[in-house]
Amino acid sequence: MPKPQKLFEPTIVRGAIASAFGKLDPRVQVHNPVMFVVGIGSVLVTLRFLVNLLGGGGPGGISFTGQIALWLWFTVLFANFAEAMAEGRGKAQADELRKTRRDTTAQRLRDDGSTETVPASQLRAGDQVLVDAGEVIPGDGEVVEGIASVDESAITGESAPVIRESGGDRSAVTGGTKVLSDWIRVRITADPGRSFLDKMIALVEGAERQKTPNEIALSILLSVLTIIFLIAVVTLQPFAVYSGREADVVVLIALLVCLIPTTIGALLSAIGIAGMDRMVQHNVLAMSGRAVEAAGDVNTLLLDKTGTITLGNREATELIPLPGVEVDELVDAAQLSSLSDETPEGRSIVVLAKERYGLRGRELLERRAQFVPFTAQTRMSGADVDGRQVRKGAADAVVAWVKERGGTVPPELDPIVEGIARGGGTPLVVADGARPLGVVHLKDIVKGGMRDRFEQLRNMGIRTVMITGDNPLTAAAIASESGVDDFLAQATPERKMELIRAEQSGGKLIAMTGDGTNDAPALAQADVGVAMNTGTVAAKEAGNMVDLDSNPTKLIEIVEIGKQLLITRGSLTTFSIANDVAKYFAIIPALFAATYPALDKLNVLRLETPRSAVLSAVIFNALIIVALIPLALRGVRFRPVSATALLRRNLLIYGLGGIVLPFVGIKLIDLFINLVRLV
Amino acid sequence: MLIPDLLQPLVLLLAVALLTPPLGAFIARVMSGQRTFLHPVLGPVERLVYRGLRLQPDREQAWTGYARSLLVFSLASVAGLYLLQRLQGLLPVNPDGFGAVDPYLALNTAVSFVTNTNWQNYLGEQTMSHLTQMAGLAVQNFVSAGVGLAVAIALIRGITRRRAETIGNFWVDLTRGVLFVLLPLSVLVASLLLARGVVQNFHGLREVATVAGAAQTLPGGPVASQEAIKELGTNGGGFYNANSAHPYENPDPITDFLEMLALLVIPFALTATYGKLVGSRRQGWAVFAAMAIIWAGMVTTAVVAEQAGNPIVARAGVDQAYAAGANAQSGGNMEGKETRFGIGASGSWAASTTGTSTGAVNSFHDSYTAIGGLATTAHMLLGEVSPGGVGTGLYGMLVFVLLAVFIAGLMVGRTPEWLGKKVQAREVKLAGLAILVMPTVVLLLTAVAAVVTAGLSSRLNLGPHGLTEILYAFASQTNNNGSAFAGLTGNTPFFNLTGSFAMWLGRYLPIVAVLAIAGSLAAKEKVPAGPGTFPTHTPLFVGLLVGVVLIVGALTFFPVLALGPIVEQLLQATGQVF
Repeated sequence: MPKPQKLFEPTIVRGAIASAFGKLDPRVQVHNPVMFVVGIGSVLVTLRFLVNLLGGGGPGGISFTGQIALWLWFTVLFANFAEAMAEGRGKAQADELRKTRRDTTAQRLRDDGSTETVPASQLRAGDQVLVDAGEVIPGDGEVVEGIASVDESAITGESAPVIRESGGDRSAVTGGTKVLSDWIRVRITADPGRSFLDKMIALVEGAERQKTPNEIALSILLSVLTIIFLIAVVTLQPFAVYSGREADVVVLIALLVCLIPTTIGALLSAIGIAGMDRMVQHNVLAMSGRAVEAAGDVNTLLLDKTGTITLGNREATELIPLPGVEVDELVDAAQLSSLSDETPEGRSIVVLAKERYGLRGRELLERRAQFVPFTAQTRMSGADVDGRQVRKGAADAVVAWVKERGGTVPPELDPIVEGIARGGGTPLVVADGARPLGVVHLKDIVKGGMRDRFEQLRNMGIRTVMITGDNPLTAAAIASESGVDDFLAQATPERKMELIRAEQSGGKLIAMTGDGTNDAPALAQADVGVAMNTGTVAAKEAGNMVDLDSNPTKLIEIVEIGKQLLITRGSLTTFSIANDVAKYFAIIPALFAATYPALDKLNVLRLETPRSAVLSAVIFNALIIVALIPLALRGVRFRPVSATALLRRNLLIYGLGGIVLPFVGIKLIDLFINLVRLV
Repeated sequence: MLIPDLLQPLVLLLAVALLTPPLGAFIARVMSGQRTFLHPVLGPVERLVYRGLRLQPDREQAWTGYARSLLVFSLASVAGLYLLQRLQGLLPVNPDGFGAVDPYLALNTAVSFVTNTNWQNYLGEQTMSHLTQMAGLAVQNFVSAGVGLAVAIALIRGITRRRAETIGNFWVDLTRGVLFVLLPLSVLVASLLLARGVVQNFHGLREVATVAGAAQTLPGGPVASQEAIKELGTNGGGFYNANSAHPYENPDPITDFLEMLALLVIPFALTATYGKLVGSRRQGWAVFAAMAIIWAGMVTTAVVAEQAGNPIVARAGVDQAYAAGANAQSGGNMEGKETRFGIGASGSWAASTTGTSTGAVNSFHDSYTAIGGLATTAHMLLGEVSPGGVGTGLYGMLVFVLLAVFIAGLMVGRTPEWLGKKVQAREVKLAGLAILVMPTVVLLLTAVAAVVTAGLSSRLNLGPHGLTEILYAFASQTNNNGSAFAGLTGNTPFFNLTGSFAMWLGRYLPIVAVLAIAGSLAAKEKVPAGPGTFPTHTPLFVGLLVGVVLIVGALTFFPVLALGPIVEQLLQATGQVF
């Protein structure tokens, strides 16, 4: 899996420089109206430079016109470079991915059950293939028969093998992963070139990049600004003529390039590509940029309790004996009933017995014990040892079992059981034959740091809803312990769907994670549906993102990346427009220095000469693009604070800063220009 | 003298702020079809109008239908007003026997009054019959303001409705606005003006002998009634050429204050209407604050610049300072101002009339100092949003709100939302169009006029001041203001035609864009606000909004203003004249 790279990886930089020139093609440039205008300006100034050069001088002179032309070309190239850098970083990630897609062969099953060996590239959706231990799975698909351990490290970076089996929620396999043991029959679900890997490569390379809704809206605004400035500058020539002297066209073009929002125009597509990259670096595969953007808008997160809010399994935390029962007796029975119970709950009882009560594990086999597994009918498990029948299970089931055997249940049992349930725990009653001994307290363990995460989300205006199959009492207790805003107890796929629809009808955007086939409708309905890579094909196809790490908590990072994308665009737009103030004060007095020397009063920076003033502004305008490439690629730092605080902060940095910085920058460049006598 | 100069606009703003909540709430009631205390009297009239127009008042229109009705109504109005002027010689109520108005002038005047501009390339008392004034110009003063109000209300409906296909009925909105808001207020203001001595009669020009024995020609006319709607409807077309500097239109400081109040009150009160209709008064006050801040800034600039006096005169060694006592003088630049108003009332009026798209004047803007003139010109070039014309000011400002919301929304990392409506590509495109029209028309036409003989020959002054005269003319007409810098000779075929073009485009392209925004917003789902959406009623947002308005205006017009008033001021300081 691609890992975060250095920002300016030398090989990527070299490639980006080359492709910056390649992107000068007008057919590429026309997609970015702002930079297209700069390109036309560069051509015009270059022509004027050539005319001046051949004619041995002319309006603007040779050196000045030449330098302006040079820096205008740099402006275009820097913009191309920014985009190429973002694409290059994506491409580097794609190459990493591509390495995993070795040219494999597949054993395709014929209708008669025999197999034929074909190149993986010839497989079509619907074909069935047989994959043996040691072979690479030739394409995305679904296990239809068999069970195998699979090494998915090529995709997820996770080295521990995972189990893939037919039926259920662990049936999906990804092309490029390797079967380690056993064999599986796989039904291919993607045509060549349409697999996850292919999609991922195309996305990170920017090949399938489509502008997202907010990007389109912003592009429109930038075009409007460009048109306004175009008119302001074009009409300046008649006004100059009116005032007595034609303005130098080279300076007019320089003014235009400085005014139109080149900073954001140059970095806009780089920001978008980099946002996609950040998703991939978090091992999230977004099916479209639109989905990434929607993540920033999410109002409600639906989080599955198990695995997201709590650790996957319940753990025994306490053993409570009934009156008249020694603790040791209860511990002994609880451990006996759990020794052969391989469920996590059972194991946790054994661990608790050992760590808290000092009772070591025993081998049941030595004692000719017989294990009684849990079934949905009995709702209890246990062991028959030396004539004893030890059981643990759901309170009502064990109570009924005890009464069946003529035992009596002390009245103290009920309050203990209820108390545990009210506290969000699960009570397991332990009995030895007809004699109830006590209660095991099983508890959901809330993951560390969740309360803080939810608090941050609340500050960002995002509500969290916990989804659980537990009863309302248990759900409420865990909800309050973990700090989520709301919960849906006794959740079924239908109720989940209802909840999503209800929230959406109020205009809210919903994000959720899911892995099972029964999650698919909800994943499709949600605005951001993140399918776990371990999930079923149906779930992956229904969602618009796939988390390769299958970590449901990642939803929170996904939201942050979405927001960061928008914030970066908005901030650089503000910065770009704010820059214009200083540029006006640099260029307007210079432009009319000959007509109205009195306008020099507006030259508040006291720039040396009109020519150095214009050149300084143009150089600043070009260099600021390069200076901001790291910001565009990394994104403006996101803080989980309220919108008002965020706006105040960003307005201060990019608005006010955008006004002040160019005054300083242009002055410094002007000092340098005059120091080395460039003009 | 500066403190009392600025005290008057402060009192004015307080009066406006006091009147805003009740008047705004009243307009909200009227425009949403609720009963008011005027309904017992005017309700039957309203129903009569609907019956006459064969209108079902509860049949609403989609934005396209609304826009079509509005454009049809406006085109028909232009045609009617044009014919009335051309035929006035044959029609009654024409005591001075004025003949047909010149075709170019008639076109310009028709477009001018229908677009709520009231640019006047004619001398009222020497061109228009009383019938044309009353049945033509005064009627348009009402309905053109009504059209602006209707568009603003339609936009508010777009914001408040969810998943709706319609944004109201144009004819109903127009009728209600004129009948329940503009007419009653006009009657009230006209009565107050009459009481202070503004004339109201049907006389023509009359020869009278003065006390000193000389003969003088005095005009008459139904002035008070027209004066009231001239200000209330932010129209500005004076009965007389001298407009509100004429003592028959504006006799004393009290009428002066009253008229300023009248021209500011509805545009400001509409912010409260907006607040009430969107269900949050604070939203209304935020827009009010943004408008008031810009208005106050312009008033201060104009008054301070005028009180500072003329640099050329200062170089000649003339004392322009305010003085009390034996050598009492107002000081400052009194050229072109009425002594009964002085610098404070003239500067406040100049900033108010240019900020409200009214265009009525009580002083001669051409005679202002360069910076005073800059304030009036710039106030129009900001797009007439502080507080702007009746309705137009509010919808113009709301377009800026939309843009501010868009930028700010991105900066907090969400698809921008405004009062629960997502601001997306379509709204940005339309808002961009609405904002683009004015600078494009103003700059292109000014550029043409600044180089062709037909444009240059109309100037009164050469040099930067002449450029300002041309710029002012197109700024005024495109923004449907109508005030004149007055140095320029506007009644030429060139300026009559280019002006008509500017007024028409400057009015209706933004209106169509705004109605389209209304339709687009109305169809959207409403998103509930949360901590993630930034509020649009905080001082921070007011600051951002003011910033957006000023930055857009300044970035667009800085070059031409630098070559006009700014360089003029700098040159005057060196003693250079043209």
